[in-house]
Amino acid sequence: MIFTIAAKELRSMFASPLAWVVLAFMQFVLALIFLKQIDGFLQVQAQLARTPNAPGLTEIAIVPMFGVGSMLLLMSIPLLTMRLVSEERRNQTMALLMSAPISMTQIIIGKFVAMVAFLALINLLILAMALSLLAGGTIDLGLLIANLIGLTLLGCSFAAIGLFISCLTTHPVVAAILSLAVFLALWIINAAATDPQSALHLISLLKRFEGFLNGTIAITDLVFFALLTVTFLVLSIRRLDSDRLHA
Amino acid sequence: MAAITRDPFVQGRFRGVGTIAKLPKQDTRVPENSDPISPEENENSMSNTASPEVTLAAVGLSRRYGNNLAVDDVSMELKRGEIVGLLGPNGAGKTTAMKMITGNLAPSAGSVNVCGIDLIDKPTAAKARIGYLPEVPPLYKELRVDEYLRLAGRLHRLPKSSLADAVQRAKRRAGLTDMGQRLIGSLSKGYQQRVGIAQAIIHDPDVVILDEPTVGLDPNQIREIRSLIRELGNQHSVILSTHILPEVEAICDRVQILHHGKVVFADAIAGLRAFRGGHSLQVSLRRPPQLQELSQLVQPAQVEQASAGVFRVIAPPGQDPTDQLLRASLERNWGLYQLSPAQASVEEVFVQLTRQDEVAAGVPNKSGSEAAA
Repeated sequence: MIFTIAAKELRSMFASPLAWVVLAFMQFVLALIFLKQIDGFLQVQAQLARTPNAPGLTEIAIVPMFGVGSMLLLMSIPLLTMRLVSEERRNQTMALLMSAPISMTQIIIGKFVAMVAFLALINLLILAMALSLLAGGTIDLGLLIANLIGLTLLGCSFAAIGLFISCLTTHPVVAAILSLAVFLALWIINAAATDPQSALHLISLLKRFEGFLNGTIAITDLVFFALLTVTFLVLSIRRLDSDRLHA
Repeated sequence: MAAITRDPFVQGRFRGVGTIAKLPKQDTRVPENSDPISPEENENSMSNTASPEVTLAAVGLSRRYGNNLAVDDVSMELKRGEIVGLLGPNGAGKTTAMKMITGNLAPSAGSVNVCGIDLIDKPTAAKARIGYLPEVPPLYKELRVDEYLRLAGRLHRLPKSSLADAVQRAKRRAGLTDMGQRLIGSLSKGYQQRVGIAQAIIHDPDVVILDEPTVGLDPNQIREIRSLIRELGNQHSVILSTHILPEVEAICDRVQILHHGKVVFADAIAGLRAFRGGHSLQVSLRRPPQLQELSQLVQPAQVEQASAGVFRVIAPPGQDPTDQLLRASLERNWGLYQLSPAQASVEEVFVQLTRQDEVAAGVPNKSGSEAAA
């Protein structure tokens, strides 16, 4: 049932040009970064060989791609999540789901799974570029996997938050702008705290994500992203349920 | 007054009373562990006649929006093969009542029972037996008709093997056979309405609930949709909401009239006809007498002047002033040229209904809800 809903969401996503534009835009920017970094690597390759503990091909060409990828997700996920629930409200299509023998949990998880599938597609494109380097060199697969996990977890958190915000309003555009604002705030919230012990560092997505970029998969970071995702999924379910109770 | 509570768990306490009388368990799919029947249920206002099978029983449904009671203690019982019209002016609470029956909205009080399954206790099992067409058909405009109907079928847990058949059958019944590959967004309003109906019947539900299915359609389409609804009524139970009185007369077996969220009239169609026809006459005279003279003649019926020479005679039940009027017109040379039962508009029926203190027989009496309180 979850997959029925997810399949429908993906179909609707790709029925509009938006998903294609987002994918094309991301691929274009990421490919540019990738090329530029490889170019840079080739120029300094000789020097790097002489330097002890020098950064390798993976650090120079692949990690920046993931760094930029995270920013691109931050900007594009609001566009993808905005219509998940708000549009159903606006077009009054929610009644189809509400009167079908399915639970609110299945509806929300289904929509979330659709987003995860879309994120997987983005990750696949990035992965394909990274793996293409294997044709002419060696890459640090461990670091690549850490980066992939990091970007996936970040994307899932964004998707869950965006989905929740979409549940709050009937206007997709409002949901998109609100989501973008929340993502940005969470991203750079640690900038507000000079004190390294501040709690703000704990909830900063950038801080958490940096660990993965450096190749560290910390349990605390995994748990943080997982909790963030689950929390907002539960909030979305509650919110949808309250429609039935109080609307 | 029924107890008002939003909490479905608290509501469970009232279930003993809320669950309508013993439901005949002809359907094998009814779970064996359904609620035990308590003795007090036999005192419930709703009857428990064994045949035919009761498919839907709503008891004491109420819904509060802030201080506004949108639906107030509405009860409804539906047997297989029955078409019930839910009639009312705009804002009477028809849509709210339907949303509660389909599980789109949680009732503040009351219970809904679909084929013996409580909607609050087992929402998914109960919803599987209901087909619902909301006021605005819930259509994904970017999908094709076939895709959309397949989606609706899957959402209603139809097995893969029978999905294609179900889509074909729903399309045939709704007159969409050639429209399978069309994008829903490109269909006309009438066809979109048909897709909405096809969606509601695709899983062969026991109860079909249609919220104003003929609004905005042209007369031909209205006729086609009406015949479709009549056909549905052969196998399913249908609830149909409308504010068009002739529509109810044309299709429905029974009628419930809502006004300000309350049921003000509930009877078979014949009862409604009698209610309308026996009460109001339109008299057109070429040489009309004074209003007073006419009033005295037909007492205790009341006379209103509609326009010059045209009077409306409103008689209390049991009185028929037709003969009196005919005779008087001949004797006094009034030049009667038209005498017809006035086609009371639905609004007039409401006015009549809401004016009366004791509403006509057939309205569920209050004992059921008092017991629940």
